[in-house]
Amino acid sequence: MVGPLSNIHEYLWLILAFPLAGVVLNGIIALVAERPLLLPADDHGHDDHGHGGHGDEHGAHHETPGYRKLVAFIAPAMIFAAFVVALLSVIQLAQMPAESRTVVQTLFTWIQSGGLSVSVALQLDPLSSVMILVVTGVGFLIHVYSVGYMSHEPAFARFFFYLNLFMFSMLTLVLGSSYLLMFVGWEGVGLCSYLLIGFWYEKDSASTAGKKAFVVNRVGDFGFLLAMFLVFWNFGTLNYTDVMARIPALQHSGILTAGLATAITLLMFVGATGKSAQIPLYIWLPDAMEGPTPVSALIHAATMVTAGVYMVARSNALFMLAPFTMGTVAVIGAATAIFAASMGICQKDIKRVLAYSTVSQLGYMFLACGVGAFTAGVFHLMTHAFFKALLFLGSGSVIHAMSGEQDMMKMGSLRKHTPITFYTMFIGTLAIAGIPGLAGFFSKDEILWKAYSSSHGSPVLWAVAAVAAGTTAFYMFRLIFLTFFGASRIDKEVEKHVHESPFSMTIPLMVLAVLSICGGWIGVPAALGGLNHFEKWLEPIFEGGHKAAAVATEALSHGATAAVHGAAAHHDPMEFILMGASVAVALFGIAIAYYLYMVRPEKPAKIAEANPNLYRLVYNKYFVDELYEWLIIRRIVNGSVWLWQMFDVQFIDAMVNGVAKTVRSAGDETRKIQTGVVGNYAFSILLGAVFIVGYLIWR
Amino acid sequence: MTASPNLMSNLLTILIFLPLAGAFALFFLPKENGRAIKHFTLLVTLVEFLLSIPVLTNFDGATAAMQFTQKFAWIPQFGISYNVGVDGISLWLLMLTTFIMPIAVLSTYAAIEKHVKEFMIFMLLLEVGMVGVFLAIDLFLFYIFWELVLIPMYFLIGVWGGERRIYAAVKFFIYTFLGSVLMLVAILALYFYNYKVTGVYTTELSALYNLNIPVKMQFWMFLAFGLAFAFKVPMFPFHTWLPDAHVEAPTAGSVILAAVLLKMGTYGFLRLAMPLFPVATFDLMPFVTALAVIGIIYGALVAMVQKDIKKLVAYSSVSHLGFVMLGLFALNIEGIEGGILQMINHGISTGALFLGVGIIYERSHTRQIADFGGIAKIVPLFTLIFMIVTFSSIGLPGMNGFVGEFLIMLGAFKTSQTATVFAASGVILAAVYMLWMAQRVLFGKLTNAHKLHLTDMNLREIAYMAPLVLFIFWIGIYPQPFLRKMDASVNAFVVQIHAKRQAAIAATPAGETLLARYFDVRK
Repeated sequence: MVGPLSNIHEYLWLILAFPLAGVVLNGIIALVAERPLLLPADDHGHDDHGHGGHGDEHGAHHETPGYRKLVAFIAPAMIFAAFVVALLSVIQLAQMPAESRTVVQTLFTWIQSGGLSVSVALQLDPLSSVMILVVTGVGFLIHVYSVGYMSHEPAFARFFFYLNLFMFSMLTLVLGSSYLLMFVGWEGVGLCSYLLIGFWYEKDSASTAGKKAFVVNRVGDFGFLLAMFLVFWNFGTLNYTDVMARIPALQHSGILTAGLATAITLLMFVGATGKSAQIPLYIWLPDAMEGPTPVSALIHAATMVTAGVYMVARSNALFMLAPFTMGTVAVIGAATAIFAASMGICQKDIKRVLAYSTVSQLGYMFLACGVGAFTAGVFHLMTHAFFKALLFLGSGSVIHAMSGEQDMMKMGSLRKHTPITFYTMFIGTLAIAGIPGLAGFFSKDEILWKAYSSSHGSPVLWAVAAVAAGTTAFYMFRLIFLTFFGASRIDKEVEKHVHESPFSMTIPLMVLAVLSICGGWIGVPAALGGLNHFEKWLEPIFEGGHKAAAVATEALSHGATAAVHGAAAHHDPMEFILMGASVAVALFGIAIAYYLYMVRPEKPAKIAEANPNLYRLVYNKYFVDELYEWLIIRRIVNGSVWLWQMFDVQFIDAMVNGVAKTVRSAGDETRKIQTGVVGNYAFSILLGAVFIVGYLIWR
Repeated sequence: MTASPNLMSNLLTILIFLPLAGAFALFFLPKENGRAIKHFTLLVTLVEFLLSIPVLTNFDGATAAMQFTQKFAWIPQFGISYNVGVDGISLWLLMLTTFIMPIAVLSTYAAIEKHVKEFMIFMLLLEVGMVGVFLAIDLFLFYIFWELVLIPMYFLIGVWGGERRIYAAVKFFIYTFLGSVLMLVAILALYFYNYKVTGVYTTELSALYNLNIPVKMQFWMFLAFGLAFAFKVPMFPFHTWLPDAHVEAPTAGSVILAAVLLKMGTYGFLRLAMPLFPVATFDLMPFVTALAVIGIIYGALVAMVQKDIKKLVAYSSVSHLGFVMLGLFALNIEGIEGGILQMINHGISTGALFLGVGIIYERSHTRQIADFGGIAKIVPLFTLIFMIVTFSSIGLPGMNGFVGEFLIMLGAFKTSQTATVFAASGVILAAVYMLWMAQRVLFGKLTNAHKLHLTDMNLREIAYMAPLVLFIFWIGIYPQPFLRKMDASVNAFVVQIHAKRQAAIAATPAGETLLARYFDVRK
């Protein structure tokens, strides 16, 4: 590289600036060019030619208006530009020696008060570089896809305004150098999630789902906030590098005990369960499918929902000091993985299946973190971003082909009509099912192995995760068979319009399909003769955690470090056995799906009829939403009404009004002494004052 | 800024009396010409705002001393003087007042049709009182201005208010007046105590700050001052006048009430009750903090179930002001700076919320949430602005509310972890009540369009909303200029109050309980 670009790290801010520019430009276009067209009074409808205030289009030909072309260019271009800067930055980072791969660029002081000083500063290190590449890379593909998918949408500019804003927030979340900046991004993506879920705000279900997502996330943010307060008052800083650097000293001085670490990390994990849809706060994610499908792919599968995993990985040094939290994270992760997978079994809506699948896969990532395999968690985060974005975009392509139909019971045999969508989705399904060689296999297998072998792991965790993996293979192949195979159950009217999607949609699918195949190859474990570049790349991030844990358990210090390196050096035959077992479980799941949906397609309905209660329970998601509604929401609302009526109206106001009434009746009596002579009043006032003052002095 | 030194030394006095002169001039305008009266009032408030800018730009944030001071003997035989000045605590409240007034006046252009002249006279008198309260550094002068605010607001609600305006106005009056009486008694007691100790009659604050008031007397005086201010804030459980006053008041009245009047209460704590009675402040801190936290949660819960948008916003004020009080009584720099910043933030955000409610009320003549729904479709610009304000009120990072709330809770966490844990749940509830309201008003199917007669915001409305939106983002993204002007004053405040308390602790016998200290209860 030459000239001013010789140090690309001075331009880190551009990664944020490009999406922000997109936000501003699309926002202006939405406000100036698009808003007037959306008003019901205007009679533009579909025939929206010759406007935009430029007057550069004449005639009555039906052409995409200029402002929409502009948006369709700006929004993806800005993300692509951010991706290029991110890529160059990471390349330069890789050329630096491993131990100095942390670059911090400070932009300006944000909040400074008393002992607190937080700058807007960006931190590029191995962990954030994985995140920015995934976010900008997958984000760019989804932007391109959206141009095609949303082409009939009247509020086109508004959509990309939100989508760019999301990218800006997400990049702030992963690039920020302190917990407070992470929180800014954290809430920012929450806002965008709210706006995009409720994008079609005229639908009540959409605006309700958006609100639900924001509120449930706020419950998590409550934990995040408190965790920050604890960190600040004990570490005196919120910057990652400072917090990590102060851990040893605080351990020695006895301030950073296991109890404090447990409190901090549990509170952080509360935040993570909200954002990453884990038990008990996962309930918002299935409803979030009300948003446009590209949104589901970008926000509710590939990027935002993994923020919790990022947060845990970022704080690994603190988590490693809190064995109780680690256990909690692992158990919640495993429980969510299997619980959500079971809910995916009998959903009819194609997007809901994928939504539960996402919740379940996020559970895997937390399971990995909980057993101390942070690398595996982040690895799965990346591969999942590829194949789950692919699956969601594929489902979007299906929905597009089906004129908006999402019910799989009304699909079937689509592979003839939409071959590209079919093949790419099939690759994604193989990847998520854990078929050897594809991306999902390597990451999922590493998690399973660590769930068993790690010092925090156990055979039970492995078994739960393996069953969840089999379930995943089952419901994903069920989705494929119901959608693309068998006899067509498509509505006759709809069938006439079934078509493959345009290139702007299929090309992202193809790129993601390639990534779903090859994306795992950078992390091939040593046991399979791989070099596991991914693990080496992230090593500087996670060694801090192992060191801190080693100090905490002085006696085990040699054992702990030995375990970390030992796992890489020496191959336990058990690793191969478990690998084989998990593949077998996946194949078993696929076989059942094949039997039930290809060989004997009448069976599933019969099984459901035979177990009506069980079916109802699973189909209705175990009635958890209803339970929350009954147990918490209704109680709070009724309680609030009661408080207001009893306390404000019946108690305080009654008292105030009573006082007023007493005063009035007293006034009726005492007005007899109202003579109207000013002198008398003055005398009374003086008398009163003298009385009061006299009392105070005399006392 | 190279203004003449003469102007600089008289600047605060000019700021106090310019609106008075304006009100006086209004007497001579023909009352038939409402538009001219409105223009004139707008001009006066704009000039006032422009004149307050040099105070800000010439204010030295590095010193805790009062600046731009001016002092005349007023009633020398009683030691009462006209004494004004500004420091890092009052600076932003002064700016908030002068900033919000033109906006409030502009909001009346379509809303106020009857008795325009009288309305505007009261508005200007109100400004005299508010500016005076924040600039007075003489106890007696402070009291005069404090009382002066009460009267015009009483009439604004009672004459130009809604259906139950008389009830609301009287309730407002009873509460505030009761507070005033308590404060007056305490002021007199303090005045005579000072004479007893020093042999000098004075109401000058700087002199009274130096008193070493016996702890028992501090307790009662703090209670008297504190109640007066708590009524005004309003703190739970003295808040019930606020929803009624807000609902009945005309939009401009609500805006001023929320943006400035409530801050007189919190400012009173900071300027008088806390520094004058530091020991009592510390002793009663758990009590005040508890009330603040109850207010946060109670206000939010009750806001959630309101059917009238204005009432909802009014209860949200109870919740937000609870945060301010929590920050002030954290008694550390983070909490107090957050508290002061949150006073400004609440003024901007809640002011904007009331303006927003006013905009749709003027068109549809209803404030019932149930009457709306889906209006985003017909008023997109209003929706955009209203959502920005909503999220600012919720405390979304990047907007003003977050910086204040974060500093408050950070500071309070140091002082009381339990209180902060409860307060932080208010963050969840804020999202619930605001977003639920927004959803029911703005989103969903548009069903009532023909009845609502809604049109999107006009230029005048954009003109007064735009500056508020600007500050929502400015304070959220770059709060440094705001915080740095407070530093020295807040720092000095914290140092002094802690030092005085330490001295008091050193003087008390070990193991003394609060009951023993204040009520002579011995074991």
